[in-house]
Amino acid sequence: MMAEEVKLFRSWSSPFPLRVIWALELKGIPYEVILEDLSNKSSLLLHYNPIHKKVPVLVHNGKSIAESLVILEYVEETWKQTPSLLPEDPYERAMERFWAKFGDDKVLPSLWNVFIKQGKDQEEAMVPAQENLTYLEELLRGKNFFSGERIGFLDLAFGWLANMVSVFEEVMGATVLDNQKLPSLSAWMKNFMDAPIIKESWPPRDKLITKHQALRQAHIEKEAPK
Amino acid sequence: MVDEVVLLDLWASMFGMRVRIALAEKGVKYEYMEDDWRNKSDLLLKMNPLHKKVPVLIHNGKPVCESLIIVQYIDEVWKDKSPLLPSDPYQRAQARFWADFVDNKVYGVSRRVWATKGEEQEAAKQEFFEIFKILEGELGDKPYFGGETFGFVDIALVTFYSWFYVYETFGKFSIEAECPTIIAWAKRCMQKESVAKTLPDQKKVLESLLSS
Repeated sequence: MMAEEVKLFRSWSSPFPLRVIWALELKGIPYEVILEDLSNKSSLLLHYNPIHKKVPVLVHNGKSIAESLVILEYVEETWKQTPSLLPEDPYERAMERFWAKFGDDKVLPSLWNVFIKQGKDQEEAMVPAQENLTYLEELLRGKNFFSGERIGFLDLAFGWLANMVSVFEEVMGATVLDNQKLPSLSAWMKNFMDAPIIKESWPPRDKLITKHQALRQAHIEKEAPK
Repeated sequence: MVDEVVLLDLWASMFGMRVRIALAEKGVKYEYMEDDWRNKSDLLLKMNPLHKKVPVLIHNGKPVCESLIIVQYIDEVWKDKSPLLPSDPYQRAQARFWADFVDNKVYGVSRRVWATKGEEQEAAKQEFFEIFKILEGELGDKPYFGGETFGFVDIALVTFYSWFYVYETFGKFSIEAECPTIIAWAKRCMQKESVAKTLPDQKKVLESLLSS
């Protein structure tokens, strides 16, 4: 069998490449990391992802795949060893894909919208964000992980929550995820945060805090009445 | 056990059309239920409480939502006939990537072409052609996006063809003039029974929009 060459383009902080790292690590697939500075993208990244020019990009034996959830499905289908990331049953698979899409299309933007605002604007933004988190709480009820008994596709898709919610809350000095109201989600966040492989992967928290302080400040200044 | 398949849909929804094409490709018998976008049915609200949108496929009582997710589901359940996605993982990844691109880019810009005016519309028109030129580039000289056979990306995109007359009328442009390869591809897809029987007449779509 020919030597596998697996490369992953990532940035130090973006949560989307982390999904792929988790998948590769969980399946024990050796890979090389190419660290990108997103303010100064390499010509190689632009060559491999000309359409979106973003990370992550997986390059497997010279062929590139972009979009983190697409890459996760590719990893699952290419390296069939355990653990399997997606369920066998087509209905269960459809459910995981549906909720992963909800996470990216709705949950993340709604939390970001809380994060970049203040005062009354932030209060208003809290409503849809907390509603979205409540859906996740219901989804988790009675389960240890979104995918069931162990970490799977949907946990990897929501993994950013485990880390980023507390970063957002610390930077903005407000709580969006009420542990009392969302006990299953809070428990999942802790379990995922501390899980083997996952816990070694988080970007340095102090750097994340500094970066997000600057981001929030920039957004607030932009919106400030002149 | 006999499969019970119900589709909640709107006849002019390019998203619902994707599901109808997939079901037709697979020869699946189903009950079509036309919803009313001005007065959403209790069934829709029950089956898609999160988004409250069509299409919803209800298979033996269990709902599946989001058109591309439904199409993949159909491909995986009725897997013995007319594969909609390729079997090779890399080709599958490319198909998912481009179907995603269609979802994220084509709908939004198309809507702005017909729903906005003035500068906003001009910007939308420009973006519309940029996006379709990218799609033309990806198609190249292949008969279909998937290569020799009609597949996932073709299904994702061709349904917008039924709205081209709307975009051209409001945008005052000709899509064929700018993107002849796309028009040729769409007409090729229309030769397929599943597509021809699903896509409504372009003028009917415009009339319905104007009278709503």
